Amino acid sequence: MDLNTITAVSHPQTRAQLPAWTPGDAWLAGGTWLFSEPQIHLTRLIDLTDLKWPALAITERHLSIAATCTISQLDALACPPDWLAAPLISQCCRAFLASFKIWKTATVGGNLCMSLPAGPMISLTAALDGVCTIWKAGGGEQRIAVAEFVTGNQRNRLSPGDLLRQIDIPIAALKRRFAFRQISLAPVGRSAALLIGSLDGTGVLKLTVTASTVRPILLSFPIAPDASTLRTAIADEITDDLYHTDIHGKPFWRKHMTLRLAEEIRAELLGATTP
Amino acid sequence: MSFEVNGTNFPQAPRAGQCLRTFLRELGQLGVKKGCDAGDCGACTVLLDGEPMHSCLIPAFRAEGRAITTIEGLAADGGMHPMQQAFLDAQGFQCGFCTAGMILTCAALNQAQRTDLGDALKGNICRCTGYRAIEDAIHGKTNVEGCVEAGDAFGRNLPAPAGPDVVRGTARYTFDTEIDGLLHVKLLRSPHAHAKIVAIDRSAAMIVPGVHAILTHEDAPSVLFSTARHEKDWMDPEDTRILDNVVRFIGQKVAAIVAESEGAAEEACRRLKVDYEILPALIDPEQAMTPGAPLVHPDRTSANRVADAQRNLVAEIHGEFGDVAASLATSAVTYEATFHSHRVQHAALETHGGLAWLDEGGTLNVRTSTQVPFLTRRALSDIFGLPADKVRVFCERVGGGFGGKQEMFVEDILALAALKTGRPVKLELTREEQFIATSTRHPMRVHVKAGADADGKLTALQLDVLSNTGAYGNHGGSVMFHAVSESIAVYNCPNKRVDGFVVYTNTVPAGAFRGYGLPQSLIAVEAAIDELAKQLGISPYDMRRRNIIRDGDPMLSPPPSDYHDVLYGSYGLDQCIDLVERAMQADQPQPELPAEWLTGDGVALTMIDTVPPAGHIADAMIALNDDGGFDLTVGTAEFGNGTSTVHRQIAATILATTVDRIRLRQSDTAHGGHDTGAYGSTGIFVAGKATQAAAMQLATELKAAAAGAWLCDVGTCILDGEFVVSGVRRMSFAELAKLAREGGRPLAAHGNSEGTPRSVGFNVHGFRVAVNKGTGEIKILRSVQAADAGVVANPMQCRGQVEGGVAQALGAALYEEMVIDADGRVTNPKFRDYHLPSFADVPRTEVFFAETSDTIGPLGAKSMSESPYNPVAAALGNAIADATGIRFTAPPFKPDRLFPALHAKFGD
Repeated sequence: MDLNTITAVSHPQTRAQLPAWTPGDAWLAGGTWLFSEPQIHLTRLIDLTDLKWPALAITERHLSIAATCTISQLDALACPPDWLAAPLISQCCRAFLASFKIWKTATVGGNLCMSLPAGPMISLTAALDGVCTIWKAGGGEQRIAVAEFVTGNQRNRLSPGDLLRQIDIPIAALKRRFAFRQISLAPVGRSAALLIGSLDGTGVLKLTVTASTVRPILLSFPIAPDASTLRTAIADEITDDLYHTDIHGKPFWRKHMTLRLAEEIRAELLGATTP
Repeated sequence: MSFEVNGTNFPQAPRAGQCLRTFLRELGQLGVKKGCDAGDCGACTVLLDGEPMHSCLIPAFRAEGRAITTIEGLAADGGMHPMQQAFLDAQGFQCGFCTAGMILTCAALNQAQRTDLGDALKGNICRCTGYRAIEDAIHGKTNVEGCVEAGDAFGRNLPAPAGPDVVRGTARYTFDTEIDGLLHVKLLRSPHAHAKIVAIDRSAAMIVPGVHAILTHEDAPSVLFSTARHEKDWMDPEDTRILDNVVRFIGQKVAAIVAESEGAAEEACRRLKVDYEILPALIDPEQAMTPGAPLVHPDRTSANRVADAQRNLVAEIHGEFGDVAASLATSAVTYEATFHSHRVQHAALETHGGLAWLDEGGTLNVRTSTQVPFLTRRALSDIFGLPADKVRVFCERVGGGFGGKQEMFVEDILALAALKTGRPVKLELTREEQFIATSTRHPMRVHVKAGADADGKLTALQLDVLSNTGAYGNHGGSVMFHAVSESIAVYNCPNKRVDGFVVYTNTVPAGAFRGYGLPQSLIAVEAAIDELAKQLGISPYDMRRRNIIRDGDPMLSPPPSDYHDVLYGSYGLDQCIDLVERAMQADQPQPELPAEWLTGDGVALTMIDTVPPAGHIADAMIALNDDGGFDLTVGTAEFGNGTSTVHRQIAATILATTVDRIRLRQSDTAHGGHDTGAYGSTGIFVAGKATQAAAMQLATELKAAAAGAWLCDVGTCILDGEFVVSGVRRMSFAELAKLAREGGRPLAAHGNSEGTPRSVGFNVHGFRVAVNKGTGEIKILRSVQAADAGVVANPMQCRGQVEGGVAQALGAALYEEMVIDADGRVTNPKFRDYHLPSFADVPRTEVFFAETSDTIGPLGAKSMSESPYNPVAAALGNAIADATGIRFTAPPFKPDRLFPALHAKFGD
């Protein structure tokens, strides 16, 4: 929709050109959320396009995803054959409530900064041990794990003027085995619980719980858990107040779906169906 | 800056925060539509460098240097892109408001996406069709009949006359017009559920550049009216002012700003300082009639047609035939339960809105998105004290209605703004305003009691209803009267009792909504029939067969009705039950489901009077043109209901010609005559009958004119093709027209229908569902509906109405839910939080028609747009109960709402 209070758009090309942050400013990445709601408190958009951050870069140790990388670009990444996590990228893209048309402009960084419980890029990058790089408003950089970056429903660790630059995924994480489970109130609706499990070569089972909880919750099991251990761990770690409630799912149901999907993941990854 | 749109370069520059959607419309690309303006519905889809995008989310400046393609430019030189042709051939649209975005999206799908349309089309909402016709288009299926012989149009699958314009994006909807000097209206809305406006300080708003006028209650006429539009004004309470000094729900309009731009008007709205005296608010309808409850309209009286304002009571109904209590005490089986139907929104993709201006002759013109132009003209004339011929209200194509546009929500303020400023003005509601400030379905609590004897004969049926009409009483009484009428009149039962109350609350008003109360009561009545059948071990089909009214039986619901004009013009309920039972029992490959999926069947039926009571009037005029074609003028509006197609079919059939010879003009008070409006499923049954009468009269005159010329017996003349024929003599319609013109008596005729007597239509729906006892998820394995529409005027279109009704009802039964918090605020006023059925959500429904011919309706046809909605939630509830053994009594049947009871019964 038209943002009629916007009077200026700035187009910096380098970090040095970023304008001094003032109240009424907003970073413009894809704009798919910004332009979807009235933003009467805003007067200036700072367009990140001309910074021309490479969308995706693969180094020896990391997959670096620029905050401005679009969902389509990430979805189209040709992964090396030993990245067992490759299907997870596609599954998380498809977990968007929004369609492929939105993926062409919506960005990975935008999804993290929105910090909705159902942000599927949060699920993906948290499960892959992603680390955010933040350009601090006052200069300098801060690095923080995705799972700690998001602190609650539409809450995160950014201060005014901070800019999410990129998310780095360790290559090692991309080589783990993964299992993905998602449920929603409608066949292609917004995620009400999105769980990702992984198993590494040493037998460590990791479980990332998103969408059902107000922030990502990571559980790690050095020894393969049985069903009861898993259940107990979830009950201990995810107290009732951490379950999200809104029109897309009541907390009681989200809690039980979390337990159910976690057990399905455990069974899939450990190949064990016995409790 | 330069923008390339459909191959043409435009030098204009967008505003800093402007989105591409509005920029393209300013450049004249009016095929780009606004459904939600938030990226959720896809109506604004355009191609950027060949890729489909939602133009409402694209900052306009980012489109610079890229090739922009709108629907108007999809095919070169006014030709037709294959996908446009496919939508035309399949008639993959009804109102057509989503069609441009749908076609552009479908045209861009790759092969992989075409294999999973549910996923590929989750960003494109169609509110009308139920998606089957869209799927047909994508698969290249042709549903329309090509050529039909003269005189043979009725009953054939002829295409909608607007089809080519709809698929090209050139069909003109409400806002698709350009007027010089247009001013924009924006509304300041109340943040309080109940407050008195003490003062409004305009000073800061007045100085916003571009502001022309600020309108408050001090500028508005003091006349009280109802936003509801009915042929008879006494059907609704007078409780509304254009702008009031008391606001009664969050979202009610407080003031209007008229300015050069929407941005300026919005800014001025923000700068108005309103001093409110907050009043106690009533949110819970259960508290409305308790002593000491806040009063919503304390000053209204029975003179305003409010039953008891001191109890917040808008209307009530009480009556009993026989003795229900005594009968229940001695019945072999009884059932009793309370059902709650929730608040849902019409979600027509075109929002309310319009334009108004004064022409040189001083006539107030209002171009608006309405189902009721003539009744809106009457209301404006009354409120502003203008002669009827000094007010013109009209619509071209309307982007969906579903009852929501049987109201006057914007025309009043538009008229006020145009009269005050003397300038043309425009008001286009946002999607959020649709949710918080127009109308919804009436939330109802329905308590049912029912009994039957050992043979399964109903002994008693009782409904106790509480309906929440919100802050204003538009449609409040009539919706409730309808809810408790046909729902129980369809069953023979010696003892019936009805008690109903409609109450005010300080919440967004409820109003007319497809089904008009029946879906809310049917979910209780049809559950009771099933529960009694279950106790007796009788099949739900047989239970209904033993109790339904048969042709000629009295149709009774207490108290005795003042209207005795509902007749059996035809009767096909028995056929509908048989058709559904047979289809449900027919073999069909069933998916293999794990054991935790519980399956069950459910059925429900509905009856509907084909016309609302107390009169529904339509005029039609038809004139022979010099070229031998005809101009047919009707008042009824087209908003996806398909009546434009059928009116031409009726006239062409009677005049023994082809539909391309019938030019239709519609829905404009300037055309003269009267039309009550396109509501209550009357577009064919009433307005079509007027067209039939006009065409028959003209046919008679054509024959008489030829007989006069030939000096032969008129009885020997017949119409054949485009000729009047008598023996070996033939005279073409064009020759006849010439003759008549030369004789100074052009050939034209008028037809009228008064909407009485009325007939009855029927629908029966069957579902087979699977419910996952571990998650609460529901899969619809089979969906069948049989409809008794009399002689089906256009089976393709009628099937589409049934499918669309089923889809909309499934939305309400499974997903859609307006949530109002303790303060009275709608908490989810956007599509992404109000899940409309998308392609993936809607199963295919097998549609069957009963073979009947109505003695009252035009050429044997009956109504069939509204009622397919009605039995769906009830049938689904019955199927879920059959599958799970649990009776859920409050839709929507979402997994998180079903889960607690499933968990309690079945465990982990």
